[in-house]
Amino acid sequence: MQDVNWTALIIFVLLFAFITWLGFAAARWRKGDLDLLHEWGLGGRRFGTIITWFLVGGDVYTAYTFIAVPALAYGAGAVAFFAVPYTVMIYPLLFLAFPRLWNVCHKHHYITAADFVRGRFGNRWLALAVAITGIVATLPYIALQLVGLQVVIGALGVTSTGYAGDVPLIVAFIILAAFTYSSGLRAPASIAIVKDLLIYLTAFAAIIVVPIQLGGFSKIFAAVPAAKLLLAAPGANTTGAYGAYATLALGSALALFLYPHCITGILSASSGHAIRRNAALLPGYSFMLGLLALMGFFALAAGLGALPEYAQGFKQFGNNFAVPALFLNSFPSWFVGVAFAAIGIGALVPAAIMSIAAANLYTRNIHREFINRNPSDKQEAQMAKWMSLIVKFGALLFIVFAPTQYAIQLQLLGGIWIIQTLPAVMLALYTRWFNDWALLAGWAVGTFAGTAMAIATNLTPTYPLAFAGFTFPGYTALYTVVLNLLVAVVLTPVFNAMRGRATPLDATVAADYRG
Amino acid sequence: MARRSERRSAGSWWYLLFVIQFIAVLWPPFYNKVDPSWIGIPFFYWYQLLCVVVGAIFTAIVYFATDA
Repeated sequence: MQDVNWTALIIFVLLFAFITWLGFAAARWRKGDLDLLHEWGLGGRRFGTIITWFLVGGDVYTAYTFIAVPALAYGAGAVAFFAVPYTVMIYPLLFLAFPRLWNVCHKHHYITAADFVRGRFGNRWLALAVAITGIVATLPYIALQLVGLQVVIGALGVTSTGYAGDVPLIVAFIILAAFTYSSGLRAPASIAIVKDLLIYLTAFAAIIVVPIQLGGFSKIFAAVPAAKLLLAAPGANTTGAYGAYATLALGSALALFLYPHCITGILSASSGHAIRRNAALLPGYSFMLGLLALMGFFALAAGLGALPEYAQGFKQFGNNFAVPALFLNSFPSWFVGVAFAAIGIGALVPAAIMSIAAANLYTRNIHREFINRNPSDKQEAQMAKWMSLIVKFGALLFIVFAPTQYAIQLQLLGGIWIIQTLPAVMLALYTRWFNDWALLAGWAVGTFAGTAMAIATNLTPTYPLAFAGFTFPGYTALYTVVLNLLVAVVLTPVFNAMRGRATPLDATVAADYRG
Repeated sequence: MARRSERRSAGSWWYLLFVIQFIAVLWPPFYNKVDPSWIGIPFFYWYQLLCVVVGAIFTAIVYFATDA
């Protein structure tokens, strides 16, 4: 591999030192009593439109996204662009459904989606299913952020063999753990501002500089093999790549805001209006992500895979090395430092929010519900702080000791699992028609079928659904959430009849959902 | 209360703009082509990026029309 790039490394370390200071200083920002869970874990629900924009943007568009989407374009071509229609469809959903969630959670002091389900359906087992699904889907996501961090540290030339090579990663993680523990959600919220400004700077510099270096977009796209340039047209009796592309985009869009870290970001906003405004403002990030996806093609056109100085990097990190190699190839060292710091810090922000979200879920919906029913406010906040540490160290151990491929596969399964909470969380914002046990049965069937289908396809995201001589390859998560919904719809009248009149109380009323 | 529901139903037509966004990106055969390209970028790519911008504008329109 190339030698240590000292200029880039020094810039990288300086920027990291700055955000470390910022992370600790954030505890005093819009000061609240950090011994209260909603202050530590939701920033006191005080973030206005602009801070929410940075926070949710930093949360959704993670370091791993910025590495993996271009890597997919580099390796597989056009299909990587599904991230763009995906993010086009997210925002109408955010606009319509999630201000309702914010309103009802604000009114009843709910901190997690499972809190809402508990109040809405009065069934702690359904709430437990939502909480466990959230935690389990989040853990591999945290681990993947570390993969993004690992790639840029490696690309800076800081490598050594064996576990010593993981020392920089461990240092970065201790910093992350410490400021999350002491400042809660205020830390990633303040760091997200720095990270996002750096990411925008990097993305726009790259989209201007690299095409000029490579002789324009015509030349770049001429260098992309025809098979990668467009989706393959489907053959007879199948919806082929078209169906896969559309279902991947739609299923991912439906799943995204069910992730605990996204819900935490939304609930920390100061009003439903702030969320609606963000539905119109957050596409700024989608646009940038689309530009970054094109970087995969830039890397192809620049022929980076054939250059000896990057051979070691591609060998170690696979296609994930495409974007770092492109930056090394196109930018002066000092700007490489800025760009890599943007990606590295971009890993810490979502990792912090994810660990806080998982900690909130454990504290509220497992510990408080099943272990200690009457904690003091301080005990509750303290439990969440400890859990955020445990969750992060679990992810760190996973990345150091298990192959990266496992984290990627688990994250894929995580998408299939989290979407199964859609009926109990998103649909419940509109209707209390469903029976709680029917929802739980639908969740169980969807989770089981989705896992089985994913294993049957060797942990690839799409399943070739065959029906009446036609094949419909499509995103497993979308297929199984439809199954989940069917089960819930069919079983609701059955379970209602069995229960008679003793329907559990709905703690919410229609007015709670309106602003 | 009556005035409120009247406003809501008058405003609800604006939500059709969201449906347009979904249809525009959920039908890949429509945009899976190279031509017409724009400054050398195939249609497939610039069209979807354009959808992001149009989606943001539509969402802003719905916001101002319904969130008065």
